[in-house]
Amino acid sequence: MNAVQRLFGFHGGVKPAYNKEASTGLPIAVAPTPTLLVIPLHQSIGGVPRPLVKAGDRVLKGQRIGGADGNVSSAVHASTSGSVVAVEMRLMPHTSGLSALCVVIEPDGCDEWIPRQPFDFRSATPTQTRDYLRDAGVVGLGGAVFPSYLKLNPGKTGKLDTLVLNGAECEPFITCDDLLMRERAETIIKGTLIMREMLSAGQVLIGIEDNKPEAIAAMEVAAQAANQAAGDSSIKVVSVPTRYPAGGAKQLMRVLTGIEVPHGKRSTDYGLQCFNVGTAYAIYEAIALGQPLISRIVTVAGNVERARNYEVLLGTPMRDLVALCGPRADSDRVIMGGPMMGLRMPSDEVPVVKAANCVLVGSKQLFPPPPPEMPCIRCGECAKACPADLQPFEMYWFSRAKIFGKAQEYNLFDCIECGCCAYVCPSRIPLVDYYRFAKSEIWAREVEKEAADVARERYEFRLLREEREKQEKAAKLAAKTAAGREKAAAALAEVEKPAVTPEQDAKKALIAAAMERAREQKAQAHPENTINLTPEQQAEVEAIEARRAEIREMAKPHLRQDD
Amino acid sequence: MTRQDRDLFVNNSPYFLQPASVQSVMLRVLVALLPGIAAYVWFFGAAILVQIALASVTALAAEAAMLKLRGKPLMMFLGDGSALVTAWLIALTFPSIAPWWLTVLGTLLAIIVAKHLYGGLGQNPFNPAMVAFALMIVAYPQLMSQWPAAGVTDFAGQWQAIFGTREIDAMTMATPLDALRTALHTIEAKASVASVLGSNPAIGSMGGKGWEWVAGGYLLGGLWLLQQRIITWHMPAAFLGALFAIAGIFSLIDNTQFAGPLFHILGGGAMIGAFFIVTDPVSGATTPRGKLIFAAGVAVLTWIIRTFGAYPDGIAFAILLMNIAAPLIDMYTQPPVFGHKDGKGGSR
Repeated sequence: MNAVQRLFGFHGGVKPAYNKEASTGLPIAVAPTPTLLVIPLHQSIGGVPRPLVKAGDRVLKGQRIGGADGNVSSAVHASTSGSVVAVEMRLMPHTSGLSALCVVIEPDGCDEWIPRQPFDFRSATPTQTRDYLRDAGVVGLGGAVFPSYLKLNPGKTGKLDTLVLNGAECEPFITCDDLLMRERAETIIKGTLIMREMLSAGQVLIGIEDNKPEAIAAMEVAAQAANQAAGDSSIKVVSVPTRYPAGGAKQLMRVLTGIEVPHGKRSTDYGLQCFNVGTAYAIYEAIALGQPLISRIVTVAGNVERARNYEVLLGTPMRDLVALCGPRADSDRVIMGGPMMGLRMPSDEVPVVKAANCVLVGSKQLFPPPPPEMPCIRCGECAKACPADLQPFEMYWFSRAKIFGKAQEYNLFDCIECGCCAYVCPSRIPLVDYYRFAKSEIWAREVEKEAADVARERYEFRLLREEREKQEKAAKLAAKTAAGREKAAAALAEVEKPAVTPEQDAKKALIAAAMERAREQKAQAHPENTINLTPEQQAEVEAIEARRAEIREMAKPHLRQDD
Repeated sequence: MTRQDRDLFVNNSPYFLQPASVQSVMLRVLVALLPGIAAYVWFFGAAILVQIALASVTALAAEAAMLKLRGKPLMMFLGDGSALVTAWLIALTFPSIAPWWLTVLGTLLAIIVAKHLYGGLGQNPFNPAMVAFALMIVAYPQLMSQWPAAGVTDFAGQWQAIFGTREIDAMTMATPLDALRTALHTIEAKASVASVLGSNPAIGSMGGKGWEWVAGGYLLGGLWLLQQRIITWHMPAAFLGALFAIAGIFSLIDNTQFAGPLFHILGGGAMIGAFFIVTDPVSGATTPRGKLIFAAGVAVLTWIIRTFGAYPDGIAFAILLMNIAAPLIDMYTQPPVFGHKDGKGGSR
């Protein structure tokens, strides 16, 4: 028997209609391979992976097609074997409707894997293991898609108190974690043990909302088995009260441990790390089976006849997935994610990506257009509902008035955009939209300011250079005239042959010193920072340039002329 | 549908909302006033209903005219119920046998000046009903002090008083607060709280005959508002608590010159103020600590004005004075946000 875990509440939160039953009736099914896979290169937080294949290449299932680029980036892989039709700009699963570079693969039906080998992380260094996971494309599958390898670092102290596993799944409609826990609890626990070892974490707390009794029971069995094998009771499955957003990483960590991780701080500094259950599963597959992240569980729900969870190959068009579930005739939109935080898709052609925990089909009836916005009456309902303890109406006030500095003073950037404030607002103000607007304006201004700073620095440097050149010119001129005078004097001396006076000697020495100074100055003040590089550095620069040129070349046909 | 069309009509997340509206908030406030109104009618006659009707019609007409002038959607705002709340509070804080034009004028000032000239719903820095009360008591102190005597519920007479066809002296009476203030201030030092209250027929068992029952009705409605989560406990608790405390302390010091705490919290507009007026979110403080400070400030100022001021009840002035301070109070009482509670976290 588990001792009763002490729980901590979090401020605010809401209890929307959960609508989870529709998609939990049937087990997870494997979605058929589509006729065309569109795999965006950029599927995680951080740098855009560089394409490793080109049109015409044959790829195998699990083959890396995008290599991680930069310190924060994660690889992407071919979801099945086939031929690369194109590497081109395609519509991204994002509300903006922007396009980005995708690898388009035509499956050959063989589903032929790359050679798969388990990764022996125990004999590898932590850095090697993290590099391996980066190249296996494992990212946070709760929706934030932060590269997991970066989080598998215990930080300064080298160990953690608690590894939190997030199975709360608080968003309405979404049940992919629920079903994964029900059906594959053992694998999740195995993945958790790997993460725990990498992080040297003391205990594991698995937080699951109490509206998922089946998942809790399944995880309990798997956790008990692992505890028995280890001879301790360090893995605990904790049923947490069902209240949105209990599945927010920070909220869950607070509920389970009472520790609040402030905005902008690392949870490892507080002895904590938090992963989604789906991520634990993906880590097990990558480490123990040698399978990179090429598929995920996706809930298809909303305005469909047969809501269900599917194991979907990344790159599958959402339309194909929705078609399996019988969308109703009045469907008018596809949302990636849940109704509280999900993103409206620009089209149902966009592919399923690593962030897609749910494909939610909407209609006017299911999600009616909001009634007209009324003025804020400062009733404070939003502040009561805010899980980040913010004063949303004050942030709204300043965002709306475009007084962004004030909005930041009221901790705009602590807002997690969970939507609770907008959900409860009696004036039906789309509050989160105002915060998104304010945040993007502030970011844009920061970028602008940075550009202006760079421009100013350049200008100042130019002034400096001009000043120096002037000085150099003057020095040269002085030297020239001095030299001319000297020559004339020498010619004169040739004629007159007088004794060289000591004053002339001193003058000569002065001139020589001045010329030497000028030469030195010139040598020192070289503006370029790309000279005197080591051959390795030079090679690196060239490689980067070549890669840039390559990407430019690929993107060229898809860009408008004026870009 | 083109993409552009869709963007115009389809919102971003969250895609569904709790069924809450300004209208439902305001309607529940009106419902919560009903027990108090019932007691009012029982003890002081149906005149109050006439005043409520007068104020409501005036408020809606003024609201409609101002909305039209300002080019705002008429039905959306007219239906929000906020004008009715203002109207009812005016009717309930004005004497119920005041002449009709007093109520109408007060309501017009509240809606036109205090509300719409400042930008309408949600924008007014001052509580409109209290602006009306303050302006009217300054301009017509006599008329604003003629309160019906308890038990005199003759409706025909009240009707005539309201519409100006009959002298009203016969049926009026100073409220207990007024009687006490007048006696203590104007009569020689012989008067004491006990002698004044003992000799005055208006004084009931506690706050004043009949008035304590009206106060009880407001309390009942206020508790329902708390249960409905329309208001939080902070304001009523801080207001009544602070008023009780300050009145208690001073009556302990000298109970001949200072009335007791129960008299203060059951008399005058204390109870309707505690649950319905101080709690106005638009013009008051909004942070939890700010609400406590705001309401306690109103209580202290109310007691000071009641005890030393020239007007019988000080709630209106106290609220207006604290309304000015509300933004400042909010600024200095911001609750710590997630992760910054121990004072050392944070990235600012």
